[in-house]
Amino acid sequence: MSSSAATSGLELLEGSTAIARAAITAGCRFFAGYPMSPFTGLLESMARLLPGSGGVCINAQSEIEGVNMALGASAAGARAATGSCGQGIALMQEAIAETALNETPLVIFNMARNQQDYFQCTRGGGWGDYRTLTLAPKDIPEAVEHTQLLFHLADRHRIPTILYGDPLIAQTRIGVRIDPLELPPLPAKDWALDGSRGGTGHSRQIWTWAMGKATDPGPGPDRHWQAIAEKFERIGAVEQRSEGFGLDGAETVVVAFGSAAKFTAHVIEELRDAGHSIGHFRPITLWPFPGEALARATEHARRVLVFELNAGQMLDDVRQHAADRSAVLPIGGVSIHESGLSYGPLLDVPVIRERILAAMRGRRRLAARAGLSAGSRG
Amino acid sequence: MSEVIATDRPPEGAADRVAEFRPSLIVGEHSLCPGCGEPVALRILLETLQELGIVERAIGVVGHGCYGSFVRIMDVDVLQCLHGRAPACATGIKRVQPAAAVFTLQGDGDMVSEGLAEVLHAAARGENITCILLNNGVFGDTGGQQTATTVLGQRTKTSLDGRDPVSHGHPIRIADIVAGIDGVGYVARGTVGTARGVARTKRMVRSALETQLAGKGFSLVEILTMCPTGWFVGAPQGPDYMEQSMARAYAPGELRVSLGDER
Ligand SMILES: Cc1ncc(C[n+]2csc(CCOP(=O)(O)OP(=O)(O)O)c2C)c(N)n1
Ligand code: SF4
Ligand SMILES: [Mg+2]
Repeated sequence: MSSSAATSGLELLEGSTAIARAAITAGCRFFAGYPMSPFTGLLESMARLLPGSGGVCINAQSEIEGVNMALGASAAGARAATGSCGQGIALMQEAIAETALNETPLVIFNMARNQQDYFQCTRGGGWGDYRTLTLAPKDIPEAVEHTQLLFHLADRHRIPTILYGDPLIAQTRIGVRIDPLELPPLPAKDWALDGSRGGTGHSRQIWTWAMGKATDPGPGPDRHWQAIAEKFERIGAVEQRSEGFGLDGAETVVVAFGSAAKFTAHVIEELRDAGHSIGHFRPITLWPFPGEALARATEHARRVLVFELNAGQMLDDVRQHAADRSAVLPIGGVSIHESGLSYGPLLDVPVIRERILAAMRGRRRLAARAGLSAGSRG
Repeated sequence: MSEVIATDRPPEGAADRVAEFRPSLIVGEHSLCPGCGEPVALRILLETLQELGIVERAIGVVGHGCYGSFVRIMDVDVLQCLHGRAPACATGIKRVQPAAAVFTLQGDGDMVSEGLAEVLHAAARGENITCILLNNGVFGDTGGQQTATTVLGQRTKTSLDGRDPVSHGHPIRIADIVAGIDGVGYVARGTVGTARGVARTKRMVRSALETQLAGKGFSLVEILTMCPTGWFVGAPQGPDYMEQSMARAYAPGELRVSLGDER
């Protein structure tokens, strides 16, 4: 390996392998999944690496079985995870809601085919008042960090957490280091099942209804689910993460997440070099959506352009939080590779540059036609 | 057991002493119908855990059916899981805690209708877990509809003129299927309709758990239980009705045994 400072200690790894290594570094000891591209590589990496680290990886019979196996392992105190994408994650929704409501921590790797899973990740399809904390890394090194953080957050809050990856993160290679993340210590899992309290009148129970035992009653569904809802509200306030640049007084703010944000950031750096007043905002947590930071970032913006590779999903969240809702314009769209397994031609720097420039021109023309002053946002 | 009743002289107390006896692991009243067979099966299971001395490493996974309310009154660690998925959850538990005695408690609707894939694959993997099926041939909890094990001719709310193979298909004999899968250590079918059946079923549950403890693979005990409410018969008629309907279609007995004479 080259010994230049920038690359020292780096290993050339496929994203899936890097994420598997990060999960094991974070203490993941149980993994179950069912093949589906581009998630398959992560399952294969886990099957290869987990047994040597004292863990278990099972090629499940379905996504439903896989997620329930992981739920069981987590209920018994292990750091556990599963994964898939799109349709496979859809099959897991009942169990994901269950982990939220019965408070078994679980990490779900959505190695998605594109960005059409935004609603699936942030809204979920299970029942009940729960949310799924979702991190959307922009590249493999960040995915390595996020993977470790997700296990920590899942345990800290006793919730399901999702890594929203994609083919660029799962299937490309990069020089990367799996550095253990420094995280604060967590309390022991005294809620985990191990049988030891059997016969004492205080045996443990994991149950979405939280009825407890006749000898040791629990809060019951009404109070338990209110407490769960309040917990998610607290998490929603404290776990928002985002980053941006060029936002100070920017006339145009572009919002993008995941790999796509790496492309938009590149374009915006170029446009800023060319003298445009434009900034970049990237939600890192998709839920909780970093709404307060976005409101601040768009305070002086005349236009807020949302680039996402779907028909407009994050758009809802941006509209809800941007300082001026009417300034928000979608500039992305559905764009799928002909294989159906990855992004289409829209994820391309020249195309993105053109769309941003067109939106900037279009907005000015529109404003001129309406006879509005440049500063007005009508 | 707390007390042994002397049989060499006439009883001093009331004759219902034994019936009143409750194993210490049952810590509350069940809320099931009079004449229901499920509490009998629960008692068999909990007594066996106690007799094997494995209460402090027992972890149960309970599905969705009338037996779901046992989660409140059984004093062992329990995960109440999703409908049908208990063998998957039990697999996760057992794989990270191999020393635990892991069992599932499921109904026919839970195991054979909703969760057929999970139980078959757990069996085929030879998971060292013990699945207990409470088979009453109906969805008791939801009010008596047809399940995958409803016997031919049986009337349910979704087979009003009796289960007819042309419109409703044939019942699935899950224990026979599982007994034919490699990786399975023990399969038996018992009944709680008679005192003899209860005693026999208890030996089966014991053998199943012993198979797990010996690491001999997957074990299943199917227990035929009365559901007078779901069968639309009176509580006292439950055992006889079961003998005439379910017990004929599902012959009790051991279907696969792998532990040798050391037992
Ligand atoms: C996914 C899902 N579907 C349906 C139900 C509703 N449900 C609850 S209990 C039950 C019937 C269970 O029947 P069985 O397992 O035979 O138990 P029994 O009540 O007969 O003892 C059903 C269908 C559920 N809880 N979850
Ligand atoms: S409906 Fe049937 S299974 Fe349910 S409690 Fe009543 S008798 Fe038992
Ligand atoms: Mg039933």
